[in-house]
Amino acid sequence: MSAPLQTSGAAGPGTDPAASDVALDPRLLKALFPIFSSPREKPLIYLDSAATSQKPQAVLDAMDQYYMTCNANIHRGVYGIAEQATALYEDARRRFAAFVNASPREIVFTRNSTEALNLVARAYGAWKLNAGDAVLLTPMEHHSNLVPWHQLRVERQLELRFIPMTGSGELDLDALPRLFADGRVKLASFVHVSNVLGTVNPVAEIARVAKQHGATVVVDASQSAAHMPLDVRSLGVDFLACTAHKMLGPTGIGVLWGRRELLEAMPPFLGGGEMIRTVTLTESTWNELPWKFEAGTMPIAEAVGLGAAVQWLQKLGMHRVFAHDRELAAYAMARLGELEGVRLLGPPAEKRGGVVAFTVEGVHPHDVATVLDRDGVCVRAGHHCAMPLHDALGIPASVRASFHCYSLREDVDALVAGLHHVQELFAR
Amino acid sequence: MDSLFRDHILDHYRNPRCHGTLEQPDARVEDSNPLCGDRLRMDFRFAGGRVAEVRFTGSGCSISQASASLLCEAIEGKTLDEVKAVTRQDVLDLLGIDDLGPVRSKCAMLALKTVKAAAYGVATWNDEDDDK
Repeated sequence: MSAPLQTSGAAGPGTDPAASDVALDPRLLKALFPIFSSPREKPLIYLDSAATSQKPQAVLDAMDQYYMTCNANIHRGVYGIAEQATALYEDARRRFAAFVNASPREIVFTRNSTEALNLVARAYGAWKLNAGDAVLLTPMEHHSNLVPWHQLRVERQLELRFIPMTGSGELDLDALPRLFADGRVKLASFVHVSNVLGTVNPVAEIARVAKQHGATVVVDASQSAAHMPLDVRSLGVDFLACTAHKMLGPTGIGVLWGRRELLEAMPPFLGGGEMIRTVTLTESTWNELPWKFEAGTMPIAEAVGLGAAVQWLQKLGMHRVFAHDRELAAYAMARLGELEGVRLLGPPAEKRGGVVAFTVEGVHPHDVATVLDRDGVCVRAGHHCAMPLHDALGIPASVRASFHCYSLREDVDALVAGLHHVQELFAR
Repeated sequence: MDSLFRDHILDHYRNPRCHGTLEQPDARVEDSNPLCGDRLRMDFRFAGGRVAEVRFTGSGCSISQASASLLCEAIEGKTLDEVKAVTRQDVLDLLGIDDLGPVRSKCAMLALKTVKAAAYGVATWNDEDDDK
């Protein structure tokens, strides 16, 4: 088939993957994200990439190209553009599979991480877990990895257990033997990188202990897939969820990776078109993987955008993205640490990704964020969909700055300057 | 920035009027803003169809707490019908700001939501956006 998008991918960062020891140049990369050159009163200082990342021109072009050259529904039409659309959609799946060292059969497209985690809870959890079984979670989960288990807990009479946190916001692995001792934990689900503390959790280590005790392991990779190399095989987990819009791709599409034998065995999640093999008036049989889990018309353009984003990230080199994020986090922690009344949350820089959350004494986080906004600085304020974590920290909310490949030291400097304004204003 | 964090907003935030609780109130309404974690509790004493006394406690950002202070001060002595007629624009006028984005509006309108619940005698008032 013709591949209309192959050329647009060339508008990438122009870095040689082989030159992987060369650090990223965020200034050059920033120029490839149109939002930063779109006209506005003040320059955009975007420090909220953990909520959603900005999108490079190559991703936007790939989606435009799809709509302008071969928009058609996939998997059914036998005419030319339907074939092209199907090939693009499945090409995105193959690219993502390669990105996380998985088989394309194991890559299920969803709406986002939340839907991916709900899929696991509903299709696997409701099928496998029974009254008296326990699900192991952590206090630093995003609501997306708590609420589906709350719902299932009530329905299936499950117990929820939590790996405790240390004072520095890391998981206390010494507690694992005790938590698994009675053999009732049948599933463990936890976040790879905390969206508030930035803590990088030792997934492989927890997974190893969980597997020794026969538990199925689910990891929420929403913050990690966008920022560090991921290899589902070496992590040793069973399911992994992530979302495109945090990884330079569009909103509306996420991914569930699952081990093939589990995806084969478990029942489907949503029923409808495309996920079936045969349908009679009273019965259906299921399509093969991964389409068994993709009911209805999927977000095709978004899948194409995700494929382009993955290609773009691969060119950058994920270990270089991670190194850049960590370097900025360390810089931000040092600069913020100089400010009186600023309390940093979470572990030291070498144990976290590109996320720095903090509080400012005497000023509510929403007021901090609103004042910073007047300086063009975009940070997130609130509980970041992690209310139990904030309860554990004894604070109602926090301010969060987070980074991606286009973030600069100057952005952090603007944040620090803005915080001086905040403190001046509220000290009046 | 000055238009939002005006002196009188910061003043009401730091020195809230009508702050506290009432013994055996005629109505006690609590509400929160799940997006931001702002919380308000208001105690009301009614007399002759009017708000004889109102006291609030709460936690949250300056906008949420200052609007509670300003609104409580404004409705003391008003009839319940007058309280039911208070609009979103009235709250913005009390704050002295032209408009707020949809996110910060939730902070500013939490007090209105709480007051309306008391005036209508319901646990939660969810129609504050109708005043737009």
